[in-house]
Amino acid sequence: MHELGIVFHIIKTVERVGEENQLTTVSSVTLQLGEVSGVVQAELADCWKWAVKKTELLKNAELLIEPIPAVTFCESCNTTYETVRHGRICPYCGSERTYLVQGNEINLKEIAAC
Amino acid sequence: MDRIRIIEVKESIFADNNREADRIRAELKRQKTFLLNLMSSPGSGKTTLLMRTIEALKDELRIGVMEADIDSSVDAEKIAATGVRSIQLHTGGMCHLDAGMTEQGLKELGTEDLDLVVLENVGNLVCPAEFDTGAVKNAMILSVPEGHDKPLKYPLIFTVCDVLLINKIDVLPYFDFDLDKVREYAHMRNPKLKIFPVSAKTGEGMGAWTDWLRQQVGEWNHSES
Repeated sequence: MHELGIVFHIIKTVERVGEENQLTTVSSVTLQLGEVSGVVQAELADCWKWAVKKTELLKNAELLIEPIPAVTFCESCNTTYETVRHGRICPYCGSERTYLVQGNEINLKEIAAC
Repeated sequence: MDRIRIIEVKESIFADNNREADRIRAELKRQKTFLLNLMSSPGSGKTTLLMRTIEALKDELRIGVMEADIDSSVDAEKIAATGVRSIQLHTGGMCHLDAGMTEQGLKELGTEDLDLVVLENVGNLVCPAEFDTGAVKNAMILSVPEGHDKPLKYPLIFTVCDVLLINKIDVLPYFDFDLDKVREYAHMRNPKLKIFPVSAKTGEGMGAWTDWLRQQVGEWNHSES
């Protein structure tokens, strides 16, 4: 996955929000990370530490992660189940007509700043 | 010490890219230019297929090509030899293109006088699928030697594409590649995926593909919505 690319996208968004709100220092950024988003948290944390040092606005900003569990919906029996545990096949009725309803988000939730 | 406040953002980190991609599409609509994003693994035949496609359509459509690679201008040179305007984008190590890079490429290519632009994305089945380039349609190539299980192993790219070209059907007798299975697996991921078995080498099946492309370009360039 593109942990460094993701960090750059986050920094770009925070800088835009910073300009819109006249922020000078960001103390933390909260990222909602889906369980099956494919992002490796440890790598993200390393890339974050490296990249923010090069900015004025974010140089001391902490990256806070809010995990979002992965949930799959079965169209055949209208139920939801844990994606990671059961995969694509519905554990209740055995159908393959399933899709992910949450769990691949990489959302910038909020910024704490002044 | 200033008071710290919480500012809600609540958007996907891809939101900026998606907005930019929408802007690119709106501009292309205004210019009546159709952008096709062509993806696949390395070696599946993107450039050869593209050259064949250009041969078939260049007398009716004004075509431009953007080649994306990590390095070298091998592909752009091959395309330029067909007489079609092409530019080479070097990603400098990035494994995919995003809307920003695509926009830069389009500006450099110059698209006002073109009907069809093909973006030959970096050879990769994983990353390009995640980034909207601003293209009108996404096409991918899976070649026979790669195997018919790829839709099971790389779901995202099969999901985001409108067209799947199964290339190198001329070598079907030498590989354990099951055309029915690949259709079944691909449609499991994306029931609306249009599938064209072709051989860019012999030309077999290319007619159906170029007919589809011609029709799509016509619809985009000549409809109001």
